[in-house]
Amino acid sequence: MRATEAVGRYGESVAAAYLQAQGYAVVARNWRCDHGEVDLVAHDGSTTVICEVKTRRSRTHGTPQEAVTAVKVERLRRLAWCWMEYARTHGLTPRDLNPNLPPPNPMTPVLRLDVVAVWLPGRGPAHAEHVKAVGS
Amino acid sequence: MTLFATQALALQGIRGHVVQVQADVANGLPAFTLVGLPDASLSESRDRVRAAVNNSGMSWPSSRVTVNLTPASLPKQGSGFDLSIAAAVLGCQAVVPPDGLRGTVLFGELGLDGRLRPSRGVLPAVYAAWQAGASRVVVPWANRAEAAAVGQVLRTDAPGGGNGGGGCEVVAISSLAHLVQLATGASLAQVEQASQADDALRQAQNPLPEPASGSGRSSQTSASAPDLADVVGQPQARWALEIAAAGGHHLLMVGPPGAGKTMLAARLPGLLPPLDPTQALEVASLASLAGILPSEGELPLTPPYQQPHHTATTAALVGGGSTVIKPGAISMAHRGVLFLDEAPEFRTAALQALREPLESGEVSVARATGTVSFPARFLLVLAANPCPCGYGYGRGERCTCAPHRKRAYFSKLSGPLIDRMDLRLLVHPVTQVSLRRAVAEESSAVVRERVAQARQRSSFRLREHPWAVNAEIPGSQLRHCWPASSSAVHLLEDQVRRGSLTLRGADRVLRVAWTLADLAGLARPGTDEVASALALRGSELLTGAG
Repeated sequence: MRATEAVGRYGESVAAAYLQAQGYAVVARNWRCDHGEVDLVAHDGSTTVICEVKTRRSRTHGTPQEAVTAVKVERLRRLAWCWMEYARTHGLTPRDLNPNLPPPNPMTPVLRLDVVAVWLPGRGPAHAEHVKAVGS
Repeated sequence: MTLFATQALALQGIRGHVVQVQADVANGLPAFTLVGLPDASLSESRDRVRAAVNNSGMSWPSSRVTVNLTPASLPKQGSGFDLSIAAAVLGCQAVVPPDGLRGTVLFGELGLDGRLRPSRGVLPAVYAAWQAGASRVVVPWANRAEAAAVGQVLRTDAPGGGNGGGGCEVVAISSLAHLVQLATGASLAQVEQASQADDALRQAQNPLPEPASGSGRSSQTSASAPDLADVVGQPQARWALEIAAAGGHHLLMVGPPGAGKTMLAARLPGLLPPLDPTQALEVASLASLAGILPSEGELPLTPPYQQPHHTATTAALVGGGSTVIKPGAISMAHRGVLFLDEAPEFRTAALQALREPLESGEVSVARATGTVSFPARFLLVLAANPCPCGYGYGRGERCTCAPHRKRAYFSKLSGPLIDRMDLRLLVHPVTQVSLRRAVAEESSAVVRERVAQARQRSSFRLREHPWAVNAEIPGSQLRHCWPASSSAVHLLEDQVRRGSLTLRGADRVLRVAWTLADLAGLARPGTDEVASALALRGSELLTGAG
């Protein structure tokens, strides 16, 4: 159990580094509330990204993306609203942290659910696959 | 590329429609959606195809896959779409090049191992693909004989094809990997060779034959049809069979048990001329749909013979099924003989269902999934006992039936059905005398020769008309275009005036008279032929319409 936990932790750091490299601002890691835990919360411009990280060391159990079932997406959606409430009351919204954002645009979503799949092969660098907007 | 399309075939009865299979691979969590009115076995295709792709050494996209079968409103059944779905998804991943499957129609069910399994209905599918103008059809290796048989017909009988009869290549492959080879430019010979080797390998691993869907019944084509020479005596019945075969007249035989009615009826297909290529294709297509087409050899040319049991339901006779509508016994007897032994024992509904196909030559079966029409132009032979106990013939001394039971027995047959029987015949039991005589009886081949000559005469006479045999000519046309001799007409008019013959009955008598004239090589029927036809109508036999 400890080994898989460690793998998960490492995968989350890989995912966070990946998102930062994409220009996202990582706001929280392993944020907990009554409904569960969010792996990563990041800001993509004015959009809040609730991110589930799935890490795999081999392909024997299918792809990481496949492990995100409809039930998990539903749980992620519930968590997202908890975070939004928390962010509003604690001054953690994108506009709070970055007052220079452009005015709100109806075409940019306020909230997005993403999955980052992290591969940790036995040798060679870790590699991340990013699936955007899984909840829609 | 995230969008790719291939072609498949949806079978509706004997007709096939080309269906475009579009695959779209989009960003998102892994999912596989199949839309376009699939039935249960087609919906399961999603899991088969994914496993088949993975086990063929290729990878399934780890994203959202949507497959659409257009036209989306046409209900689609069966597992024959697997190959086209797999190819469309592989096309999205650029495993199959964009032009690799142009003009190619794919048909076949995939196993989880990526091998193609034999399917039902390959023959009509290939034919439909050719009609739609496909330049290449890919079928499972196990169905190659069936597909090759239709290929033969297409070469000999070219008109009407979508691409002007210019060849439709039929390719048999044994697995999904071979399809990819074919699409990426491997030659036909290479792929066929690889498929053959693969199939040999499979047989070496598992010598049992592959279970094909719907092949519960074995093929009904026996080594040789029964011969008329086996029948002792019965000169009148033999003559009636010959007339039925020559003119396409429906036949009713009434006789006591053991008189040889079943034996006589079984010999009727052997008297009919062999099927021409188009007819053979129709017959084989129906057999393919029912899953009883022999897997080896050429198209069977002998007319089919169907003898449903008298407990048969209406659906068994005319065709039915909840999702996949299968042809019934009357369609399986298309271009051949449908023999109903113990006809009065059949359910009334089943017998009444025969009336429409007897007139139109096809039957339409309506189900929730759609309406399908099957061809059903058959020669009907009914056999019945003279009464429930079976001995009410001659003076009826052995008969133990009460009069009302006799009447009830035949009332099932009377009316419109009986009226469509041109030849009604009493079959007497064979007497000892004719048994002892031991004369060599005429064989089927001799009679078939006379039938062929008579059919030649009638088809020459009908060369500018759509009808093939005398029994199909409408009454008005018959009287107008081909009048009988005046003395013969007088004979008929006399009968009509006396009330023993209706006008429609007179038309039917005339048709039989024409067949008699054809058999005798006469230019037109005279008094003798009309008198014989009247006798063969046997109106005194039953209380039915005269």
